[in-house]
Amino acid sequence: MSGAPFVVATAIKAIGAFTVLLLAVMLATYAERRIAGFIQDRSGPNRVGPIGLLQVIADGLKNILKEETLPAQAIKPFFFLAPILAILPATVLIAVVPFGAPVPTPWGLTELIVADASIGFLYVLAIGSIGVYAVALGGWASGSKYSLLGGLRGSAQMISYEVALALSLVPLILLTGDVRVPEIVSMQQSFEGGAAYGTWFVLPLFVGLFFFFVAGLAETNRLPFDMPEAESELITGYHTEYSAMKFSMFMIGEFAHVITVGALVTVFFLGGWDIPFWTGDDIRVLDNGVVVGEPSILISLLTLAAFTVKTGLVVGVFMWIRWTLPRFRYDQLMDLGWKFLLEAVTVYILVIALAILALEGLGLPRGGWYAAALFTINLVVAGILIGLADRKAWIRGGNVSARLTRAAEGGE
Amino acid sequence: MPGKVKVVNRPESEASYVRAATKGMSITLKHMLDPRKKTQQYPDEKWELAPRHRGTHRMEVHEDGRAKCVACGLCPTVCPVNCIKLVPAEDENGERFAAVYEIDEFRCIFCGMCQEVCPVEAIHLGVHYENAEYSRERWVYDLERLCEQDHDVTALWDPADKASQ
Ligand code: SF4
Ligand code: SF4
Repeated sequence: MSGAPFVVATAIKAIGAFTVLLLAVMLATYAERRIAGFIQDRSGPNRVGPIGLLQVIADGLKNILKEETLPAQAIKPFFFLAPILAILPATVLIAVVPFGAPVPTPWGLTELIVADASIGFLYVLAIGSIGVYAVALGGWASGSKYSLLGGLRGSAQMISYEVALALSLVPLILLTGDVRVPEIVSMQQSFEGGAAYGTWFVLPLFVGLFFFFVAGLAETNRLPFDMPEAESELITGYHTEYSAMKFSMFMIGEFAHVITVGALVTVFFLGGWDIPFWTGDDIRVLDNGVVVGEPSILISLLTLAAFTVKTGLVVGVFMWIRWTLPRFRYDQLMDLGWKFLLEAVTVYILVIALAILALEGLGLPRGGWYAAALFTINLVVAGILIGLADRKAWIRGGNVSARLTRAAEGGE
Repeated sequence: MPGKVKVVNRPESEASYVRAATKGMSITLKHMLDPRKKTQQYPDEKWELAPRHRGTHRMEVHEDGRAKCVACGLCPTVCPVNCIKLVPAEDENGERFAAVYEIDEFRCIFCGMCQEVCPVEAIHLGVHYENAEYSRERWVYDLERLCEQDHDVTALWDPADKASQ
């Protein structure tokens, strides 16, 4: 497909994806409060509309009607820019995420992805790092000390964890040899001819998934990494001075970010739109235009549903974590990022690289056994990591108390 | 180093983030999936009040609709917060009745002494609590309004029933 139909199809897909993302954001704010309620043995919002679904609209109306405040000390252009920057990266990121199997249309096969960029998830990493500007600018331009502190904390945290986020995807590149996102998805399906692995990457790379997930949590500034907000310490950090719709935009940005990260986890590790244990949906378009498999509208819809369910589950886990774990202390956060995650990811990359080298050397064909071998290696790595983390208790800020012990015992 | 810092060396099994986090996640999951929610869906689902709940007053009436009150003046006397206003009057048969009888439910502390002291069992407290109003004046119940109340009256304490003490 090229020319005018391509432009029209891309426009439709872009608008569709954007609209669906925003709708999903609305649902996510509702789901978050419901889940929070359930976890705390409450029922959450359930009075506006059927099972409380219209609560989101009521909140939206309230936020639009509220007064917009502009602090006297605010630096105006940046103060207005920050909320826009908060929404932008998250919504733009969704462009490289494939939602479902290609749909047959009268104008040719249309892939369900807004932009099949050849730089694939490098784009994700590049755009994702813009998010830090929203936090930093919002904090600095508000002209309030709490906002500034929140902004500084936020930018330091996001930059630290970006390293781990990017590195946690390296094993994925080692396995796929390609950064194009649709290619990564089809690698997780079963195709003849040795190109694909036939299993979701959650099996051969589940430690990698864990790293990506933790770094993703930190990137989206959600608990237990909500340093920039920290309402008990910083009021609400970088968006303290924002009100009404501008505040809403930060919230929309946060939820859009969560959904995007959920979609990315799905695409990279949970097989994207692949329906498990069924090969009927294994459809891909080869570079020379040859179509493998039999695309149909029904299959596209089914895969779309599969993708939605998986993303929803990942987002649900995000919320579950948020309402369980308490916030880290700042030094613990930095320890975790630089002293644990970074090292662990680097070692993990080495291990996976060596394992792949060995498996290729043994001449094992890609597929079930290949994945099983990597899975075993992952199990070992996970066991060692958990053992170390358990014994050395990195995250409790053990270094501080160890230093104090040494000092108390008459050293230093 | 200035001062002395006390270092609590907890056993590693207690200090481990991994174990604590896993335990926490399983606890919240259990609560999330538990269908029994503690929130009472209030307007749809009302409180079950005890028979001795002391709430909004209610005046008992005779069959012909007259209030049973004989304007003896005991309840305004006993009321600890002075919220009962009584103006007695006498009809042509020489029977006393309350020309004005008002209770300010806003000032009332629902002690129940008016009900206990009433010689003709006219004034009662009731098993009822939904009496929000938009103005303070509306909280002053006059005789007519007291007679109109139709909720259950509060049961008095039965000294023989030790369990209800
Ligand atoms: S319940 Fe107590 S406070 Fe209220 S009117 Fe009767 S005597 Fe007064
Ligand atoms: S104690 Fe009873 S009879 Fe006497 S004034 Fe009060 S309500 Fe009337």
